[in-house]
Amino acid sequence: MATTADVSNVSTERMASPLSAVRAIWRSYFFRKFLRALATIFIVTTIIFFLVRLLPGNPIEIYVNQLIVTYGMPVHEAQDQAAALFAIDLDEPVILQYFSYLQNLARGNFGQSVLSPGTTVTEVILRFLPWTLFSVGLGLLLSFTFGVLLGVIMAYRRDSWLDHGFTVVSSVISSVPDFLIGLLLVVWLGVQWKIIPIGAMRGAYSSGMVPGFNLEFFADALFHGALPISTYVLTSIGFWMLSMKSNTISTLGEDYVTIAKARGLREWRITTAYVGRNAILPLFTILTIRVGFVVGGSLLVEQIFEYGGIGRMLGQAINQRDYTLMQGIFLIITFSVIFANFFADVLYGWLDPRIKLQDN
Amino acid sequence: MTAESINYEQGDSLLNSAWKGLRLSVRLLAYNKVGFIGFLVVVFMVLLSYAGPLLIELDTKTKIDRIYITPTLEHPLGTDHQGRDIWSQIVNGGKDVIYVAFLAALISTVIAVVFGTLSGFIGGWVDSAVMSITDIILTIPQFPLLAVLAAFISLNSLTLLGVLMGLLNWPTLLRALRAQALSLKQRDFIEAARALDLGVWHIVLREMVPNMMPYIVVSFALGMTFAVYQQAGLVFLGLVPISAGNWSVMIQLAWVRGAIFYKDSVWYIMAPIVAIAILQLAIISMTRSLELVFNPRLRASE
Repeated sequence: MATTADVSNVSTERMASPLSAVRAIWRSYFFRKFLRALATIFIVTTIIFFLVRLLPGNPIEIYVNQLIVTYGMPVHEAQDQAAALFAIDLDEPVILQYFSYLQNLARGNFGQSVLSPGTTVTEVILRFLPWTLFSVGLGLLLSFTFGVLLGVIMAYRRDSWLDHGFTVVSSVISSVPDFLIGLLLVVWLGVQWKIIPIGAMRGAYSSGMVPGFNLEFFADALFHGALPISTYVLTSIGFWMLSMKSNTISTLGEDYVTIAKARGLREWRITTAYVGRNAILPLFTILTIRVGFVVGGSLLVEQIFEYGGIGRMLGQAINQRDYTLMQGIFLIITFSVIFANFFADVLYGWLDPRIKLQDN
Repeated sequence: MTAESINYEQGDSLLNSAWKGLRLSVRLLAYNKVGFIGFLVVVFMVLLSYAGPLLIELDTKTKIDRIYITPTLEHPLGTDHQGRDIWSQIVNGGKDVIYVAFLAALISTVIAVVFGTLSGFIGGWVDSAVMSITDIILTIPQFPLLAVLAAFISLNSLTLLGVLMGLLNWPTLLRALRAQALSLKQRDFIEAARALDLGVWHIVLREMVPNMMPYIVVSFALGMTFAVYQQAGLVFLGLVPISAGNWSVMIQLAWVRGAIFYKDSVWYIMAPIVAIAILQLAIISMTRSLELVFNPRLRASE
């Protein structure tokens, strides 16, 4: 497989005809990953459109009926109002509605909140999404970094009390659902032992704080994000530790590590450049799955800590059946995960050039 | 099949060989201590949840004078915000959780096994198509999707909830099983079966699936833990209008009723959390032993 790809790459370099250039782009790893991301976005938006618009008992129908029953509105007027909120023209054929829906999404127009008309969904997203990106991103980064470091240490100190202790703790913690860990933090650290001022830590930042790029605001944001971030770290670090440990152990047995030792390279250099670098690679494919999982968990974790992120807004929107808000937030969360995956793919391809050829 | 049945008639009676198989299973099960403890805990919890309700009746009577009692002999886990016994709620509340998790895991494992093995075995465009769909569904964050769907479909029956989760949870499992199928495909005995032209279904069902059993069992256990997580989460968000009490409902009620705020009421919120945590941990530990029990190589070597 790899050899044929090599040959075709060489030949495209030699003949610089437009057709072969197109083929080179088509074969390119990044391009295909990008295409997959686009396809995923397209499919998710389409599914949501059909759920919202076409399913019997869909939210638009419900909303129109509600207006007619509660306010005695004429059918047409009710439909007009629903159309304005959902940014959809109900008089058009469904297929045209679908196209204008896609067009609106591309422009960043997600319609208006059903419960508080006048507030656009985009406003809500812009206000709350950054905090979820901040807390989930930082949580994943911290747990990945420390998990990988601890995993390497565990692999090097195999069968020591350290290894056994960490293995037990990490398998216990990673099998308990993340929001239950959050609940435990609130119950014990917050209420029973009163170690953490959970009341003061609600929201994304203290009231009266002016958002801006200064140290004071950053410290405040960290203070408010500390609980969700620790929950994400606690619940996903064990996973990274165990995966990194087993990857490191199998890498330690590779010939090139033995040869590196025979060459008399320094231990530190072998650990970082030879063992660590190769052991970490497979983790990037798992990162794809973890991102979606942690983002999904944020829906519950933010609810528990009353953190001012998009997950909590989604929970509220679903509970109050604010369909436009729900649709917009769900789409934006999915887009974020798709983007994070694309980013992980690109990073992976850059770190491990072999993967670009293998995938063909 | 025929060779085996002839064997039974000649030497061992059917009962005898079944007894031998059972003894071997128990030995393999007990080989890994952590796994064995996990298995015993799972068996205990299933028994407790399905047989327990026959012995311990759900306490439904409100007793105003007995609110939030700390554990006594009469109430081993104390009482809740209406003075009802918590232990009886724990005993009666496991059935639903286990049923939904089992149903969801069954559906997602069947989907993952069928499409994972076929796609790994057939390869080509079938593989590309299955994997593209899997990757796309995998990228959509499962829990938010489930939560949004819960707003559209009223999830008023446990079976519906289990089926919905089963239909969404297979992608992770499918990827793992397909990787196994791909590596099995390279083995000599599969090559031999293909050379004999035994047909896709025969090879997949009779040659590959038995050899993938350890991984299928692990997938099933993982599927169960996903489903336990998701149902507890959905209930916590108030998206599942199920009136009967179970562990997830208990957590939600305790949270909503502010059971976290008093020293004595902590038992009410901790009991279901610990029950769910133990169930999850036991299911995951159990896979270590089940991997051994379902490994055909370990059986053949006897």
